[in-house]
Amino acid sequence: MKTAVIVFPGSNCDRDIATALEDVTGTAPEMVWHGESALPAGIGLVALPGGFSYGDYLRCGAISARSPIVRAVVEAAERGLPVIGICNGFQILTEAGLLPGALMRNSGLNFVCRDVALTVDNGQSIFTSGYDGGETITVPVAHHDGNYFADAETLDRLEGEGRVAFRYAEDVNGSARAIAGLLNPAGNVLGMMPHPERRIEPAHGGTDGRRLFEGLLEAVA
Amino acid sequence: MKLRIIVTLKNGVLDPQGKAIQHALSGLGFDGVHDVRAGKLFELEVADDTSDAAIDEMCRKLLANTVIENYRVERA
Repeated sequence: MKTAVIVFPGSNCDRDIATALEDVTGTAPEMVWHGESALPAGIGLVALPGGFSYGDYLRCGAISARSPIVRAVVEAAERGLPVIGICNGFQILTEAGLLPGALMRNSGLNFVCRDVALTVDNGQSIFTSGYDGGETITVPVAHHDGNYFADAETLDRLEGEGRVAFRYAEDVNGSARAIAGLLNPAGNVLGMMPHPERRIEPAHGGTDGRRLFEGLLEAVA
Repeated sequence: MKLRIIVTLKNGVLDPQGKAIQHALSGLGFDGVHDVRAGKLFELEVADDTSDAAIDEMCRKLLANTVIENYRVERA
């Protein structure tokens, strides 16, 4: 499968996700600069990487979400192309309106950088088919603004529609209903704060993240 | 024309930054500060014929995230 990684000024996990995708798919992803206005042809997945795009100016992900390439990503996502946004990528997806809610400053005000336990809330999506529903996995987080907020009605809807992909199994950042990862209504867009691309090889301390990409590859093949 | 656009968090949205500022104020001995909410102020210099609709669009499309924030516009 051909994939693409969007690179913004201030992205810093673009190489991590590129290495993970190359490792799992066997093909190096196309690195696409944020100023481009079209995605490469023939890709099966777009990844928005972690980092601090545009220095987190205004709000995390706010400026990136208005860049030309993100308009192309939104259009492709609406046509059904799988899109994964990790950390800053999740923030960009909410700012771009592909996912509801917003990611705010961590409730404890600290930057949290450590392994966390996650529960796979929905094991049926293309992104989570490599896991069992209800399973607990370990993946690191590294963020200052991962405190998910949405109004109660939206949260009820997200839970009712099975759109919570991952929840924190411990208190990490104050996220509403412990939400760590969310799906769009069609299930082809995933935003998550934790970093699965940092748990790809045994040398990373575990391979729980690899299973996301392997499951995805199998699900969309 | 000068505009001041004030962006504030909606009621019900937790503001851990505001809480930290409130604690710092009480740590300095300022009693009776019951709540602090942090917001943003944008000062814009725009063409005199900029329409209200365009200003409103600027706020909704970029300056404020209306999921969590309210905005108001003051003309200087």
